[in-house]
Amino acid sequence: MRRGQSHLAGLVAWAAGLLVYGCPGSSLAPGRLASAAEQQPAAPQAAVAVARVIKVTAKKFEFKPSVITVKKGELVELELTTSDRRHGFDAPELNIHAEIKPGAPTKVQFKPDKAGHFPFHCSVFCGDGHEEMTGEIVVTE
Amino acid sequence: MPIQHSRRQLLKLMGVGGVVFASGLAGAGESGKRKGGGLPSGNKRDFFFLQLSDTHWGFQGPPNPQADKTLKQAVATINAVDLQPDFIVFTGDLTHTTESKDVRNTRMAEFRKIVSDLRVKDLRFMPGEHDAALDASEAYKEHFGAPNYAFDHKGIHFVTVDNVSDAKGAVGDAQRDWLAGDLKKVGKDAPIVVFTHRPLFDLYPSWDWATQDGAKVVDILLPYRNVTVFYGHIHQEHHHMTDHIAHHSAKSLVFPLPAPGSVAKKQPIPWDPAHPFKGLGYRQVEEQDKNVKLEELGLAET
Repeated sequence: MRRGQSHLAGLVAWAAGLLVYGCPGSSLAPGRLASAAEQQPAAPQAAVAVARVIKVTAKKFEFKPSVITVKKGELVELELTTSDRRHGFDAPELNIHAEIKPGAPTKVQFKPDKAGHFPFHCSVFCGDGHEEMTGEIVVTE
Repeated sequence: MPIQHSRRQLLKLMGVGGVVFASGLAGAGESGKRKGGGLPSGNKRDFFFLQLSDTHWGFQGPPNPQADKTLKQAVATINAVDLQPDFIVFTGDLTHTTESKDVRNTRMAEFRKIVSDLRVKDLRFMPGEHDAALDASEAYKEHFGAPNYAFDHKGIHFVTVDNVSDAKGAVGDAQRDWLAGDLKKVGKDAPIVVFTHRPLFDLYPSWDWATQDGAKVVDILLPYRNVTVFYGHIHQEHHHMTDHIAHHSAKSLVFPLPAPGSVAKKQPIPWDPAHPFKGLGYRQVEEQDKNVKLEELGLAET
């Protein structure tokens, strides 16, 4: 699953400590994630994880913000929107692969388990400046 | 040794000679003698073809201030050699992207006119994302035909795989099914050459140097024992093996890009006025003596 996304795969990754979720227009919220987790008897006391929401806008040919700073172990939800056409958001080293379509936000949750600088780029070819449409997720300790 | 003569001529004309080595197609020339080889053996002989890639006709910018001349010079250089290749394949990004349908059509028509001056008339094309991603290859099909197809030539089965018409850089279920069906027509030992634009393996995904479903394509190819992949996209020579399958990228004919991950940000290697066309070139693929030999040829300085 290089770039594919699915609810099941996202939940599995989350349970393993690295949650990835990306589905255009998804209404997935942290509460729903917690509900799924609470169905597991082994962790009845698991706290409801509330993600910090970071809004990211894509347009030809830039992301705003282009540098996203988060903390290691922090549950983050990227709310991705586009103001012009279809774009993508790929941060391969964090296993984040999402498509951003006009009209509805794409929500991607992740919980980085390592500090560092992780580049992201638009993964849907969008024109002459496509190669410049890049950014970086900075994960601090 | 007419092919050797051709090589010497090319090296003299190109200014920079590349490395010659045997690729993973060993045995291609004798596949018909092998049990399970599915291609007819009656018309095999030594031959060579050229791979040109990433010409980006229409590009303008500091990375190549002579972009309006580079392709024409490549055509003239190839035409100057006595012995011509059996065919020439262009592995994508024939034209530089534009959002204007009219400009896109103009660039494709200009490209076709320029390459029609090549002495060899058997030209094989395939799209890159610059040609096809913004309109799902609509204009490309009008000018060049289908973006994926197969053909046989002197005992080798050639197949082009389109991994750019989908702007996400995917081959897709339908085309993978077509590929699997096409390959069933040849034996497991048949020599197979795949042309594609993006790498079919994860060369460097952070720079978008990958194919979204490339692993599934490779899975289709793996049962075949003599497969070689030639691709473009990364504007430099690169060689990689996935199991027994060799993958070879070609230089560009517009500007070179840095080695995968060698710099923080991917951007063209600056034009060097003292050495115009440095880093640009193309490839000769020679099927000879039961082996395939690659020769990387740099474009001559003007």
